[in-house]
Amino acid sequence: MKNDQAKKYGMVIDLDKCTGCGACMVACMAENNIPFKEDESNKLDSITWMRVYQLTNGKPYPETDICYIPRPCMHCEGDHGHSPCVSVCPATATDYSQKTGIVSQIYTRCFGCRYCMAACPYHARYFNWWDPVWPNGMEKFLNPSVSPRMRGVVEKCSFCFHRHQLAMNKAFVEGRRELEENEYQTSCAQACPSGAIAFGDLNNPKHTVNQLAQPDNAHGGQPKNPEVFRLLEKLGTNPKVYYVSSREWVRRAGDNYLKNENPGKAH
Amino acid sequence: MFPFNFEWIWDMSHLVFMGGLWFALNILGLGMTYCIIKAAIDTSKGKGGEHS
Amino acid sequence: MDSALIPKGVNRCPLSELILKLGPVVAVLLWGVVAMFMCWIKGLNQTNMNDSYGFALWIWADLTVIALGGGAFFTGLLRYIIGKDKLKNIINFAVLIGFICYSSALLILAIDIGQPLRGWFIFWHANVHSMLTEVAFCLTCYFMVLTIEYLPLILENRQIDRLPFFHNLSHNMHEIMAVFAATGAFLSFFHQGSLGGVAGVLFGRPFAFREGIFIWPWTFFLFTWSAAACGPCFTIMLLKITERITRKKLVKDDVVDLLAKIAGWMLTTYIIAKIIDTWYWAMVTAPSLGFELTDFYSNNPFYGMWILILEIVVCGIIPSIILISKKGRSNPVSFMTAVVLAVLGACVNRWAMVLQVMAAPVLTFEGWPMYYPSWQEVATTLLPVAYGIILVALSYRYLPVFPQEVELNPVESEDQGGKAKKAALSGAEVSPARA
Ligand code: SF4
Ligand code: SF4
Repeated sequence: MKNDQAKKYGMVIDLDKCTGCGACMVACMAENNIPFKEDESNKLDSITWMRVYQLTNGKPYPETDICYIPRPCMHCEGDHGHSPCVSVCPATATDYSQKTGIVSQIYTRCFGCRYCMAACPYHARYFNWWDPVWPNGMEKFLNPSVSPRMRGVVEKCSFCFHRHQLAMNKAFVEGRRELEENEYQTSCAQACPSGAIAFGDLNNPKHTVNQLAQPDNAHGGQPKNPEVFRLLEKLGTNPKVYYVSSREWVRRAGDNYLKNENPGKAH
Repeated sequence: MFPFNFEWIWDMSHLVFMGGLWFALNILGLGMTYCIIKAAIDTSKGKGGEHS
Repeated sequence: MDSALIPKGVNRCPLSELILKLGPVVAVLLWGVVAMFMCWIKGLNQTNMNDSYGFALWIWADLTVIALGGGAFFTGLLRYIIGKDKLKNIINFAVLIGFICYSSALLILAIDIGQPLRGWFIFWHANVHSMLTEVAFCLTCYFMVLTIEYLPLILENRQIDRLPFFHNLSHNMHEIMAVFAATGAFLSFFHQGSLGGVAGVLFGRPFAFREGIFIWPWTFFLFTWSAAACGPCFTIMLLKITERITRKKLVKDDVVDLLAKIAGWMLTTYIIAKIIDTWYWAMVTAPSLGFELTDFYSNNPFYGMWILILEIVVCGIIPSIILISKKGRSNPVSFMTAVVLAVLGACVNRWAMVLQVMAAPVLTFEGWPMYYPSWQEVATTLLPVAYGIILVALSYRYLPVFPQEVELNPVESEDQGGKAKKAALSGAEVSPARA
């Protein structure tokens, strides 16, 4: 068995199922040793790799509708791995893996210039303005597979890459080179009580994500499923996180349109 | 920066970019070395000073 | 007290007066140093930057001083490569200003990065595809060039020049200065451009993103061009301020006029290019990404449409018209206005290309975040200004920065009128311009 087919790990989030409970955010914080402050109310300087935004259609009752939209790092592929953030990092501290499609972040090499944050239109990158301070005794409960970060570096969602490593290690020991779909799942996908988050290899037709999004690799991974969209599709960031919604206004909120632009373009 | 750094690849971008860098650094380094050595020689020949 | 160090044939205020006058400047400098150490010791939480404003006041200051410091490379280019010999009378000052600007830029960068001790990673682990890598490399190299260009001036201090070795060294350096200047021009072209590229390549940020040729977005060329246009204006502006403070004419009008005229033409061509670029971006690039021009400006008084008008019309078209007309240049008031406006134009442009890039929302469900600098940021930004004033004052006092000063301000002191004249003449001969 050889592991020659490149993977493209990605996510499909069903916004019709998401209730905005925030379990994914909590699971992510715990899994990835994400530092927090005593007062987390200022969202501009607190770290949330997975962040749930609230959207409304802005209409009065009874047509009011809201939607919650969880936003991890999109692991943008850009044009052949030319993701917005990877190409700009001067110290090669963030990289696009052609093997897994995951955008990595090397904390010990990042020197905190924050250029990648300027480059990311999704605000998926966070800067450590402080050194992490854990409540008494919490160090004992940190995840040993994830290194905590020091102040002055940038961090972001890694698609729980350490889980990929652990799963690969196990598979190797068992003489396999391929992972089953359920062997590598992100923490948020597993935590979501309504099963809104699907995770897997977008290149593998057997995986749920592929079936849901039906990415068209010939056209920069654009979804063939008309109910699926990606955030800021027009920018050419080529994200690997797809969203599903049956609601037209939600799909339209995913991108910017000119005032007189044909709404049909929003799928 | 150096070929032994592990992110180094022998491709066009590295050759052009790093070539430019090392070229500039060499001009500056050699230029200054030339000036200093020549100044030392001139001085030993007794040139310069208050009334030159 | 320090008369032995002061160049021959010029008049300087007593040392005590200088110290007294520089007192407040030193206070500002110390304030900045305190803030700088706070940032290094406690980290960047001392600033008001946040995850939306990863780049803020500092990066703006950085881009601006580099643009304005561009006077050094452009004047050097004109003087040594193109052969505008007249400019030898202002080149020292341009180099001094450039040296201050670039050393400040490097200092600000050292404070701005989150892990200053890892700053060398940008060289060691260089990603050759990043515009910032190019900036860092060229910036450092060009700073070396400026040091090399400034060094002979220091060596020409009366006391240092007496030592034969240093005298010869400075002589030799002058001899091959064209080589250094050419290297400097080459490096400047790239790092000024790359600074524009820093914003231009951000294809995730439609406000900043520009198309271009090969790997270079249009902002690459616009930034180099505007630095060549506004840099000399900054040199002239500071020259006029220095003249005002010292109450002396330091450079002849024809020299300033020549530099201003060239800067004027650079500014004119720049602003035409900038208008074309803005028009194309507003009409083609941004709409293709789903944005209308007004999306980038409305909603927020800080980043209103006025910023575009200020930059292009008030600080672009007006000064260029003044600077290319002989009449505009010969009237001191309109001349000064034009020079100041051009400098302001560079500042506004860099402001928009840093702060507004961060502020303009891209996701449809996000708003315009606000930012105002903390005192630590302001203090560390003023630090280079204070340092610059001190360095200019000391250089002016002890080094022959202005070759024409002696001629323009003959010292008519009671006891040694004739001697001073003689000194004036010989002073002019050993001026740095001889190379
Ligand atoms: S979402 Fe942002 S951080 Fe993640 S890959 Fe895309 S540009 Fe980079
Ligand atoms: S902040 Fe770190 S990861 Fe981001 S561009 Fe700078 S060095 Fe690279």
